[in-house]
Amino acid sequence: MDFISILSIFVLACFVGYYVVWSVTPALHTPLMAVTNAISSVIIVGALIAAAEAGSPIAKWLGLAGVVLASINIFGGFAVTERMLAMYKKKEKK
Amino acid sequence: MYRLLLAAPFLALAAPAHAATGEAVNPWVALAYLVAGVFFILALRGLSSPSTSRTGNRFGIIGMLIAVVTTLVTHDIANIAEIGIAIFLGGIIGFTIARRIAMTAMPELVAGFHSLVGLAAVLVGWAAYLNPGAFGLLVDGGISPVSKVEMGLGIAIGAITFSGSVIAFAKLSGRMSGSPILLPARHVINLGTLAAILVLTALFAMAGPSETMPLIVALTVLAFLIGFLLIIPIGGADMPVVVSMLNSYSGWAAAAMGFTLGNTAMIITGALVGSSGAILSYIMCRAMNRSFISVIAGGFGADASAGGGEAKEQRPYKQGSAADAAFMLEQAEKVIIIPGYGMAVAQAQHALREMADLLEEKGVEVKYAIHPVAGRMPGHMNVLLAEASVPYENVFELEDINSEFAQADVAFIIGANDVVNPAAKTDKSSPIYGMPVFDVDKAKQVFFIKRSMGGVGYAGVDNDVFYMDQTMMLLSDAKKMVEEIVKALD
Repeated sequence: MDFISILSIFVLACFVGYYVVWSVTPALHTPLMAVTNAISSVIIVGALIAAAEAGSPIAKWLGLAGVVLASINIFGGFAVTERMLAMYKKKEKK
Repeated sequence: MYRLLLAAPFLALAAPAHAATGEAVNPWVALAYLVAGVFFILALRGLSSPSTSRTGNRFGIIGMLIAVVTTLVTHDIANIAEIGIAIFLGGIIGFTIARRIAMTAMPELVAGFHSLVGLAAVLVGWAAYLNPGAFGLLVDGGISPVSKVEMGLGIAIGAITFSGSVIAFAKLSGRMSGSPILLPARHVINLGTLAAILVLTALFAMAGPSETMPLIVALTVLAFLIGFLLIIPIGGADMPVVVSMLNSYSGWAAAAMGFTLGNTAMIITGALVGSSGAILSYIMCRAMNRSFISVIAGGFGADASAGGGEAKEQRPYKQGSAADAAFMLEQAEKVIIIPGYGMAVAQAQHALREMADLLEEKGVEVKYAIHPVAGRMPGHMNVLLAEASVPYENVFELEDINSEFAQADVAFIIGANDVVNPAAKTDKSSPIYGMPVFDVDKAKQVFFIKRSMGGVGYAGVDNDVFYMDQTMMLLSDAKKMVEEIVKALD
């Protein structure tokens, strides 16, 4: 594992995150938290690998449990964000 | 946008190096995870304006789809049925929660979701520990010390996120008292536990393969414990910071797992979410003029409530009725409404919008002013107003509207208190001194909807606005009062 190249991705992504998040309008801070919640469930990738591979039955079940938890978050997080964002409306032109 | 375009090539350059794992990784796989990461960046970028936000959310969904499909097609899956059931089960639960949840309950929902990310990180960390071969972590029959450090930290951060979020959820949803619970010598206990976790991580990394089990068990248990201990002393008023902070932790947990598994999508996302939560915590602390450390140390509002019981002189105030308020609102040219957590509790946002509609029909200009810490999480009030179909152009942030109070005929305060307290500007001994507040004292007339004169804000300080000449107290349940005003306006 090349630790330094992984670290450089991480550091650069932190900077990208810093600038992107400061540009988020305060009115959307609640949807921001909901959607970051959903995307941090990309951890499902790790759970899927654990669930898929043979070798350790305990690891498999831990993985499957992880898949369930992360799926709740992914589906719930994106759906609730969508629901919130749909409510933000412009003034109706009369 | 251009900043992203600048950063993307750097990320792309860094990506192929990730292929240098134990087993040869297909560069296309690494590329797919990178693309997923970029979609997640675009998802957050979309939130810079309500008009682009829904596209952003779709980008997030696409990114997630890419990450999941990539994982599934690149691994030999022995039990696709079980995995399908797991995803389906989680999906149904998630969808149902998302559809049913009331907008006022958003803070506890987010806290609950954070706890799931934390627990998932712990599970993945443990799975990687038990079956390192599956993740390509086996080097000479064992896990390398670097991987073990990443694994240990990932499990620890995940566990802290989990137990901390569970407490935050319990406090926000009223299953547990919102007031701070102060253990004696809690700072010593907390710092000691944190130090123990770091020492255990180091021991775990250096231990031989046969000795690691008790260390990682102890590490996990201690991390669950510290998450619990960290959040119980923090009171209800500081919950916006806590929720943001746990948001940040859930990101760092995902990033730590990304380091362990060498997965770019997880690292990019973890970094994004981690910085997002950190920035939100910073914004919340700044809006309360408190340092992050003092919020984390906890106990705010615990002693102030005791002090409030002392015999205070009864100061005279004016009380009005809904009819009085309706009459004056009709005469006004400009009304600024300041909603707070009390509005959310009373579910008064729909009635409020009706009132604003009626006033606008009569030619009154109505604006909404939102303080960054109004409510129990960042942006909470904005969502509630959006739910009541208040157009977002009428909703303003503190610094954008504060100068307009001098021209406003009416400042209409509903369920807010500390955010309009002038003591924050003048009284150096006040616990909220230095917090930016709305200059409602400059408005010609102030209406203050409040349940009774007894309760004071979370900070437990008296508010001079109650006793000003131009203030009229409307003592009632927020929703009932607004509904009565609506009736009187009709």
